[in-house]
Amino acid sequence: MVQLPDLLALLSVLLLLVVLRAIRREHIRVEYSVSWLAAALALLALSRSGAVLERAAAALGVQDPALVLLALILIVFLGVFYRFSRIVSELKEMNITLTQRVAILEFLLRERDEKA
Amino acid sequence: MVSTERTLVLIPAFNEEAAIGAVVREVRQTLPGIRVLVVDDGSSDGTVWQARAAGARVLSLPCHLGLGGCVQAGYRLAFELGYEEVVRIDGDGQHDPRYIPALLEALRASGCEMAIGVRKGAPGGYNTTVLRRLGIECFRLLLRPILGRPVSDPTSGFVAVNRRALEVFARSFPLEYPEIETLVVLQRRRFRFVEVPYLVRPRLAGRSTITPLRSLYYVIHVLLGVFVNILRIDARRAARALEVPPDGATS
Repeated sequence: MVQLPDLLALLSVLLLLVVLRAIRREHIRVEYSVSWLAAALALLALSRSGAVLERAAAALGVQDPALVLLALILIVFLGVFYRFSRIVSELKEMNITLTQRVAILEFLLRERDEKA
Repeated sequence: MVSTERTLVLIPAFNEEAAIGAVVREVRQTLPGIRVLVVDDGSSDGTVWQARAAGARVLSLPCHLGLGGCVQAGYRLAFELGYEEVVRIDGDGQHDPRYIPALLEALRASGCEMAIGVRKGAPGGYNTTVLRRLGIECFRLLLRPILGRPVSDPTSGFVAVNRRALEVFARSFPLEYPEIETLVVLQRRRFRFVEVPYLVRPRLAGRSTITPLRSLYYVIHVLLGVFVNILRIDARRAARALEVPPDGATS
């Protein structure tokens, strides 16, 4: 039977490969891949550090170290999602400004051409 | 007769080819000489062509931004072109341009930054649903303590603004469902508004895009937007309270 840490290690390697492939194909810009790569590496490291997880579980009063691992993964990915929500919001704001600016410039050019 | 030399009529439009021509023509017939700007929000039909054929100038957005982004584009252009007042009307014919002079007169006489057209009898519009009226009533109750005064028709899209408000809206304007949040933005600036009753008409063509599911999203979105704006008001008050007078004295 596959253990949860092994499955997560496999998933983290898969995530690393997918992100690296996306960077190579220019589907993701390097600056936006850093969060995913860091998350994948953190996931890999956590899934391979059984002793650390056991100590953390004992300190938190949790019986199963796998629960600590899942909680940490949740925190890491919530952080990544938050970062990307901020990036998307900033990009939307910039897109709106640019769209409006392009439209206004086209309008002014058209008006100038019609007057000429 | 109200002077309209430095006044712009702004009509946001998205896929309104069936109505926009008639709306523009009616505005120009009612107020000869007034400048009409249709802001096309990336329509896929003949809205732009119909608006130009009817004699409007058209600001054509290259992609769909939604109502707030569309109206703000018009406000930005109006501000840059130096207009003193902008009257916003819908592109579906629900707003009768014969009420524009009353709106402008109220704006000028009151010294307020915004004049809001209040739909007579039925806030929400012609043939509005009970659910929608209920929603508007809730917003009225919510806005009263925030604005410090009652507002009769917080979702009205028939408004006139002067240059002070135009300057603010050109920089910062709520993007989706802007009407209610706009009132809170005004409050943040300590701007005032005046209300002018008008008789709403049935739309010339098309139908409302507000479905029951969208209504729910609308309510959540607007409540969140109002809440965020209140937080900003509180943050500004706190910042003012912490400001040290120029002579360094503290109270």
